[in-house]
Amino acid sequence: MNIIVCLKQVPDTESQIKIGSDKKSIVTDDIKWVMNPYDEFGVEEALRMKEKFGGTVTVVGVGPKRVTETIRTALAMGADKGVLVNDDALNGSDSIAIAKALAAAIRPLEYDVIFTGQRGVDDDMGVVGAALAEFLGIPQLSLIIKIEVAEDGKSVKATRPVEGQALIIEAPLPVLITAQKGLNEPRYASLPGIMKAKKKPLEEKTLADLGLNAGEFGSAARKVKVLEITPPPERGGGKIVTGETPQEKAAELAKLLHEEAKVI
Amino acid sequence: MAQGVWTIAEQRDGELRKVTYEIVSEARRLADALGQEVTVVLLGSNIKDKAAQLGQYGADKVIVADDSRLETYTTDAYVSVISQLVKANDPAILLMGASVQGKDLAGRLSACLGVGMAQDCTAFKIEDGNFVAIRPIYAGKAYAKLMFENSTPRIATARPNVMSISEPMASKSAEVIDATFTLDDSALKTKVVEVIKDEGGKVDLTEADKIVSGGRGMKGPENYKILEDLADMIGASVGASRSAVDAGWRPHTDQVGQTGKVVSPTLYVACGISGAIQHLAGMSTSKVIVAINKDEDAPIFQKADYGVVGDLFDVVPALTEEVKKYL
Ligand SMILES: Cc1cc2nc3c(=O)[nH]c(=O)nc-3n(C[C@H](O)[C@H](O)[C@H](O)COP(=O)(O)OP(=O)(O)OC[C@H]3O[C@@H](n4cnc5c(N)ncnc54)[C@H](O)[C@@H]3O)c2cc1C
Ligand SMILES: Nc1ncnc2c1ncn2[C@@H]1O[C@H](COP(=O)(O)O)[C@@H](O)[C@H]1O
Repeated sequence: MNIIVCLKQVPDTESQIKIGSDKKSIVTDDIKWVMNPYDEFGVEEALRMKEKFGGTVTVVGVGPKRVTETIRTALAMGADKGVLVNDDALNGSDSIAIAKALAAAIRPLEYDVIFTGQRGVDDDMGVVGAALAEFLGIPQLSLIIKIEVAEDGKSVKATRPVEGQALIIEAPLPVLITAQKGLNEPRYASLPGIMKAKKKPLEEKTLADLGLNAGEFGSAARKVKVLEITPPPERGGGKIVTGETPQEKAAELAKLLHEEAKVI
Repeated sequence: MAQGVWTIAEQRDGELRKVTYEIVSEARRLADALGQEVTVVLLGSNIKDKAAQLGQYGADKVIVADDSRLETYTTDAYVSVISQLVKANDPAILLMGASVQGKDLAGRLSACLGVGMAQDCTAFKIEDGNFVAIRPIYAGKAYAKLMFENSTPRIATARPNVMSISEPMASKSAEVIDATFTLDDSALKTKVVEVIKDEGGKVDLTEADKIVSGGRGMKGPENYKILEDLADMIGASVGASRSAVDAGWRPHTDQVGQTGKVVSPTLYVACGISGAIQHLAGMSTSKVIVAINKDEDAPIFQKADYGVVGDLFDVVPALTEEVKKYL
């Protein structure tokens, strides 16, 4: 079973987000970059599938040189090889363009299952998986928390929670799966894993290497433009409910929720 | 030129979901600003009787795609039908709810049609005749205002519970049109083989009007009973912090936050939750936030509209009693 995992590098979720002076971007100076948490689930699941069925796990990232670190992390967890698509022309690309680049990098590879995260915890779009599946002409199963591969290795049954219920969906391979929390507990990279990762193959490609036209990428090709980035609406400085005893406080809170906030 | 504001209705077991009314109401407001019509696309099986009433919320037309293969949502079937309808009619804007279904559909549809898309928006506007979308990024740590380039339709999904539902106008009904489409079995690769209903039939957190959430301060799974009692009393769903989920006290689907569910209820009651940045990210668009925590320096108090400094094991049961007066 050959598996591909797409890796997005995102700011650590602890990061405070500072808005740049152009008011259209965020300040990246102090940011610690990590693997998108949902991609960790993808890497873990890919490794488990490989352990069960054999095959190779290839990780693919699109972005600047720093993305190499995220790829190395996945290699240290146990992935076999990495591909980085790095080209200045990619700066400022939207999700659809990223998916195009990923599709071009993945098309020549052999694959049965492709993993992406259900969404990036940076711009929270959750589009690249669907767009990549569309460009590759394969079905997508999104927000998956459980995967069963059929005995014959030709199809999967995947569990997808939707509001108030879960669906079990069957699809033939190859298929693209977007990973959701609950799929597994990602392993940590071991020290020997980290040592081994240094020697694993990591190819770097430009758009030209992939036969792509740079004009279709970058800010100029965006279908959606950022007009402005603003801080979230101020909130807080709220009331501390007073009272001598828990009962008094509860009574006061209930009253405020009824009379002032009008939510009860 | 592309014309009209389209929305995709969402149904389950033949019943329209709440988010459908939210986006149809919002579509009406946008269409009025543009001087255009609202068209709803309703996909399902034996669903036509639900169509005309959407007129009460502002739909001018409802295009019904009725087919047994559209009964339960699958990406391939829905994308196939909607893309045919879009190509035949050339709408300017296409809105969906940012539900599990809507987000999945919008992503694939935008790639299939080669158009721009904005996911999980909290506001839409018409500025100088242009459709503008506002959406939280970095899980609400910032907001981006977006404009679309010329490709149409401009696709956007709206976060559930954010857009208000218009007062229905009983006298209005929409013109119902049968959709013309073809659906090729060989193109339908995914199949829903089983539907497992959640026990208890509680409203999902993303759609809940009220949420009572518990964190590590709950001390153990057995203590969630006091939150459930409060929740039952006020008609809320129960959520959790990641710590509570990772401890195995609550299911993954209950996690609120940057790597869990992003929620927008009218009332969010955080009990024994410190207010880590990743948690705040997931609930900061709640209308009223209440924090119950014994540590007066807990960061959650900086986001709360009402804070109670105290032991949740005393305050929560007392609150359950006190709210009775107002119900
Ligand atoms: C990549 C990543 C993603 C994450 N994503 C999420 C996410 O999506 N959602 C999320 O919630 N977290 C997330 N976290 C975890 C987050 O950083 C915090 O660790 C977590 O939110 C803390 O949960 P808590 O508030 O329940 O626990 P704690 O921080 O331990 O807080 C417990 C609180 O309970 C109070 N307390 C204790 N006993 C009582 C009592 N008897 N009465 C009243 N108050 C009491 C304490 O004063 C304290 O404030 C993420 C972390 C990482 C690294
Ligand atoms: N630049 C990228 N390189 C590789 N994979 C990506 C990239 N951007 C997004 N993805 C994948 O798509 C998922 C969803 O990202 P997004 O659509 O940006 O929210 C991520 O979790 C990744 O698996």
